[in-house]
Amino acid sequence: MSALKLKKGSTSHSAYNLRPTFSDTVEKHTLAVLVENEPGVLARVIGLFAGRGYNIESLTVAEVDHQGHLSRITIVTKGTPQVIEQIKAQLGRIVSAHEVHDLTVEGPSVERELAMFKVSGQGEKRVEALRLADIFRANVVDSTLESFVFEITGAPEKIDAFADLMRPLGLNEVARTGVAALSRGD
Amino acid sequence: MKRQMTGAKMVVQALIDQGVDTVFGYPGGAVLPIYDEIFQQNSIKHILVRHEQGAVHAAEGYARATGKPGVCLVTSGPGATNAVTGLTDALMDSIPIIVLTGQVPTFMIGSDAFQEADTVGITRPCTKHNWLVKETDKLANTIHEAFHVSTAGRPGPVLVDIPKDVQFATGEYQTANPSNSRYQPKVKGDMEEILELVVAIETAKRPIFYTGGGVVNSGPAASQLLRELVKNTNFPITSTLMGLGAYPASGENWLGMLGMHGLYEANMAMHDCDLMINVGARFDDRITGRLDAFSPNSKKAHIDIDPSSINKVIKADIPIVGDVSHILEDILKIWKSRGRKTNSTAVSKWWSKIEEWRNVDCLKFTQSKKTIKPQYALTRLEALTKDHDRYICTEVGQHQMWAAQYLGFEDPNRWMTSGGLGTMGYGFPASIGVQMGHPNALVINVAGEASWLMNMQELGTAMQFNLPVKQFILNNERLGMVRQWQELLHGERYSHSWSESLPDFVKLAEAFGAKGILCSDPNDLDDAIMEMLNHDGPVLFDCLVEKHENCFPMIPSGKAHNEMLLGEIDTQGVIDAKGSVLV
Repeated sequence: MSALKLKKGSTSHSAYNLRPTFSDTVEKHTLAVLVENEPGVLARVIGLFAGRGYNIESLTVAEVDHQGHLSRITIVTKGTPQVIEQIKAQLGRIVSAHEVHDLTVEGPSVERELAMFKVSGQGEKRVEALRLADIFRANVVDSTLESFVFEITGAPEKIDAFADLMRPLGLNEVARTGVAALSRGD
Repeated sequence: MKRQMTGAKMVVQALIDQGVDTVFGYPGGAVLPIYDEIFQQNSIKHILVRHEQGAVHAAEGYARATGKPGVCLVTSGPGATNAVTGLTDALMDSIPIIVLTGQVPTFMIGSDAFQEADTVGITRPCTKHNWLVKETDKLANTIHEAFHVSTAGRPGPVLVDIPKDVQFATGEYQTANPSNSRYQPKVKGDMEEILELVVAIETAKRPIFYTGGGVVNSGPAASQLLRELVKNTNFPITSTLMGLGAYPASGENWLGMLGMHGLYEANMAMHDCDLMINVGARFDDRITGRLDAFSPNSKKAHIDIDPSSINKVIKADIPIVGDVSHILEDILKIWKSRGRKTNSTAVSKWWSKIEEWRNVDCLKFTQSKKTIKPQYALTRLEALTKDHDRYICTEVGQHQMWAAQYLGFEDPNRWMTSGGLGTMGYGFPASIGVQMGHPNALVINVAGEASWLMNMQELGTAMQFNLPVKQFILNNERLGMVRQWQELLHGERYSHSWSESLPDFVKLAEAFGAKGILCSDPNDLDDAIMEMLNHDGPVLFDCLVEKHENCFPMIPSGKAHNEMLLGEIDTQGVIDAKGSVLV
């Protein structure tokens, strides 16, 4: 038989990415995963996201039930509705995962994040930083003659806004915890 | 009853309590205490493989052919890393296996000790679940839980990593209690969804069953129920590579395998159907072809025990999560109670359409007088062995697809092949595992010479344990499937796809004390196959076949089901540049 007439070295497409039957609008979802608090469980969750190419916008984890040996992992992720469904199903498949909740779709929820900002400056900038911190209800947790460390809690957007304001005033270090979230009501 | 014993003894006791009769393994420093216990008992047979990859594939073959989980025992470090390919293979094909690995003592973990590897870290993505046991008191329970997790829900491979000091120390043995496990996957399907499917069955004009490995994994009852449902509805049925045998190849409604190298009638029926009933299959890319042209006008029902399979690649109109046999039972019950209705006029019209496709006779080939065509070799193998109590394994490549096309499978658990991962070197060790599970059956591994060489060391295992596995090698001195793709997609530039310096397979067999048979003349083929079947012991059958035969039918990359190539003549200019980058 004769060969097919092909352009050499074409590598621009792959059918593995074709997902024509699904919507391609990217949504942001906050997922809460209750897991057995055992060695390697976080690696399982992170490995799942890395291995299957899902996004992690933020991830927090801590033990929430010492007696029941449970940890809660809160993950903010982005993806098309189909990818979000896959992420939830894949998380549910992890043998050490007890529950998977999509707080974004399971009714109203509250999201909070804690952040610390080190702002260095003198004179008017220093006064302005303190004034803005007051407006944002940020606390001063450390102070020198040339710097403050502010602690602020709130929705991630509020923390972003505070960071934007602090930047011209001498912001030089930020630590953020990532999002913790709970559903509202009972 | 409280029993104190060493960790090593616990391992053996737990295996006995789980009903294990066979373990495939290879000793090493970190598992010596367990091997010492194995030495001192007679309940469990240990099969010494020649490479740990062989142990895992053998356990897979055993599991697939018996329906019981397969068990491996290997040492730390290289023992564990050599098991990784088999674990990944079992994960992709949902095969229940339990791999026990030795580990350096707990106090040395993390010190880069001799033969230390982060086994649970390395195998986390290629197991369903894994455990590192740091206390002897928890060892027995962990092994019991490992069996439960491996076999419950969607089956898969699990691994238990056991440090050497945990094997030496004494602890309390606990008996198995799977109902205590927190892991209890849902097996019953949602009744509303099942009812919706029954209504769809009653009205469908062009229905098709598309079944997969999930039917086999669900157990013999699932195959029985499937046969009953197909018979009573008179719907056509096709299956993936993994599901062959769940419905008999001699059954009236059988269309043959579907997919990239599936039968014309099966793929055309999938494309044109109006109701697709997916039972335990996962819309693999070898099945769907081009996604946006996949069965465009059908309502799709998807039965799967794994919720993550549903809507992963194809949107399901009727998703049903649960175990195949439970769900088929409910479907039958409801369908019968509603009066066993189908749209039989439309369905018989559908059958006449299917008959037209069948008449294309897509598997026809012309046998030459001088050289053996691989298709001919398999046709003869089928004719001469179909009445035997027969189990077939394969390696990966053209021969695998031809075996799926030309051999008929009448029952589940009779067909062992590496579907998802496509592991060359799978078939030979798998055949050893199958033979261990069925000592008196005829076990044949249909192989290519290149695949077979990847785990050829296991000939020593077959000889040592008197396992009369028949290695039927279709030798084209080529990496046939790679060569086919290079011919179709890479301008006939056959980069490294031929096998040079091949061994003389007859002499190779003889070097191990096995029997070798060489056959190159079509006229000798039947006699040679009979000679293979009549020999009581492992046989290496070197069948020299046509070197440049291509595997058809074929759905080229990036094409839809109704754009199949049926033979050489069809292949000119069909794969565009976009398709050429797909695997």
